[in-house]
Amino acid sequence: MTGEGIRQAILDIIKEIVPDEDLSSVDPEKPFRDQIDLDSMDFLDIVMELRKRYSVEVPEQDYPHLLSMSSTVDYLLPKMESL
Amino acid sequence: MRYDTVIIGAGLSGLAAGVRLAHYGKKILILERHYRIGGLSSFYRAGGIDVDVGLHAVTNYNPSGPKSAPMARLLRRLRIRLEDLELFPQFESRITFPGAMLRFSNDPELLSTQVEEVFPGQGENFRKLARLVDDLYSRDFESGPASARKIVSSIITEPLLVEMLFCPLMFYGCPQEDDMDFRQFALIFLSVYNEGMARPRRGIRPLLELLESRFEASGGELRTRCGVSRVEVEGGQARAVITDKGERIECGAVLSSAGLLETAVICPEVLATRGSTAGGPEPEPGRMSFIESIHALDAPARDCGHGFSLNFYSDDEKFIYRRPEEPVNTKSGVICLTGNFDYDKPVDKELLRHTQMADPFYWEGLNKEEYATEKKTWRKRSDHSLFTKVPGLAEHSTFLDMFTPATIKKFTGHINGAVYGAPVKIKDGITPVENLFICGTDQGYLGIVGSMVSGVGIANWHLLK
Ligand SMILES: Cc1cc2nc3c(=O)[nH]c(=O)nc-3n(C[C@H](O)[C@H](O)[C@H](O)COP(=O)(O)OP(=O)(O)OC[C@H]3O[C@@H](n4cnc5c(N)ncnc54)[C@H](O)[C@@H]3O)c2cc1C
Repeated sequence: MTGEGIRQAILDIIKEIVPDEDLSSVDPEKPFRDQIDLDSMDFLDIVMELRKRYSVEVPEQDYPHLLSMSSTVDYLLPKMESL
Repeated sequence: MRYDTVIIGAGLSGLAAGVRLAHYGKKILILERHYRIGGLSSFYRAGGIDVDVGLHAVTNYNPSGPKSAPMARLLRRLRIRLEDLELFPQFESRITFPGAMLRFSNDPELLSTQVEEVFPGQGENFRKLARLVDDLYSRDFESGPASARKIVSSIITEPLLVEMLFCPLMFYGCPQEDDMDFRQFALIFLSVYNEGMARPRRGIRPLLELLESRFEASGGELRTRCGVSRVEVEGGQARAVITDKGERIECGAVLSSAGLLETAVICPEVLATRGSTAGGPEPEPGRMSFIESIHALDAPARDCGHGFSLNFYSDDEKFIYRRPEEPVNTKSGVICLTGNFDYDKPVDKELLRHTQMADPFYWEGLNKEEYATEKKTWRKRSDHSLFTKVPGLAEHSTFLDMFTPATIKKFTGHINGAVYGAPVKIKDGITPVENLFICGTDQGYLGIVGSMVSGVGIANWHLLK
């Protein structure tokens, strides 16, 4: 998967969890939390969806990497490149 | 075949837990003793229509509330949209006591102004109570147990108003007699008075079918007419369940929605060390149960002068909430007019539902003939109190059915037909059996939305690792 592919995958997951949010203008550099109404369970769901859909494990100590879209993509790229 | 988790009971808590776990790829089997799913909130056919067992209204409606509200959070976990539930808001409900009537709706302001109008000088006290309830919620109910009656009476200084405020909240979710834990009071206060109530036009069936189809689409398996008669425990771990038919099914964990003491019948180990570890008294079954009668209306109730959605009433100034000395306490009750919700199109059949407190010991002690005659006698008395509250509706109603605590026991297995389970709740769902967890009625969240919150919560905490 490319960075763009991962970005799309993340958006699809967020779309499933919070279908009413407008994701078209998400700024990749800004924290998700400042742009989308997501609580801690929503974040856990994103992690579990990654495991379910792509068999990617995100250990708890790595959650801070999932702060913004660009940090998430950077973090996931080595794990998902080969998919 | 070995399952990750076997869920006991296909009520709303078990189904919601199943949907959540199966969605994340767990191998789940739900076993339900009854031939139909839904438990306390099931439905049956009578007079050619689907009749809900319970469902007056769904609480926690709050369509434009914050994302952090219980209903919104629940639906996100289940990947269900509020629109999927096809809920329509109540018009307006009432609390009717001797000499006083309070109206409330899904706009919390109405109750607030009503309190001030009917009980001059209590408006500020009521707002103070509402703030306290809100505070408790935003702090995630961290406080210990406390008497709601004590706290509320210390804020609201008009005793009749205290009774009136308690009435709907006790009817809609109080497992204990006479008083409530203040956290439980706050929870139901928010779900009924603040977030408001709504009804699905076609009753509970579409929701049950939605949950069932989601569960099965994610690979979950559901068997009805398949009760669990024993949970096999070895070295403090549940290893397998044995069905009523004697089949042994291996599993990595068990999630029981049957109730704690009901689970103890099939798995005594869940009580083994509870008393000593919790430091509390031995758990006792609940004894709050109800009769419910259902009538079909041949004319809209509104055209007969009755526009309320729900009416919570008491003929005594003091609201008595306890197991009655008589078979039925005919002095208080809840009346639901299922047609009086703001639907997009009219309901197929408008129903008049009436709930009153009943003595489970009495109803369960009768033999078949006695039961039939007593049901007739008490139905008449109960109807009498009903139709004095809704004059003019008797001529338009046809009796469909009445059920008693014994019926509830028979179809859901809850000891004493106790709709809200035992007074002491297992908040964390944990039992002495390491991989056996409790959800639903005895975990603590009650009602249609509450039971689903419970199923999802316990699944998240313990079974989705
Ligand atoms: C008359 C009435 C009116 C109500 N009105 C409303 C209302 O208007 N609004 C509202 O929000 N709530 C209402 N409720 C409450 C609501 O229905 C319940 O709180 C909720 O349905 C509880 O769900 P649950 O999953 O926790 O338990 P249950 O529905 O009891 O589920 C437990 C299931 O486990 C099954 N089971 C038990 N033992 C076994 C076993 N050994 N093996 C296999 N299966 C087993 C039972 O058959 C049952 O299906 C009402 C309830 C009643 C009875």
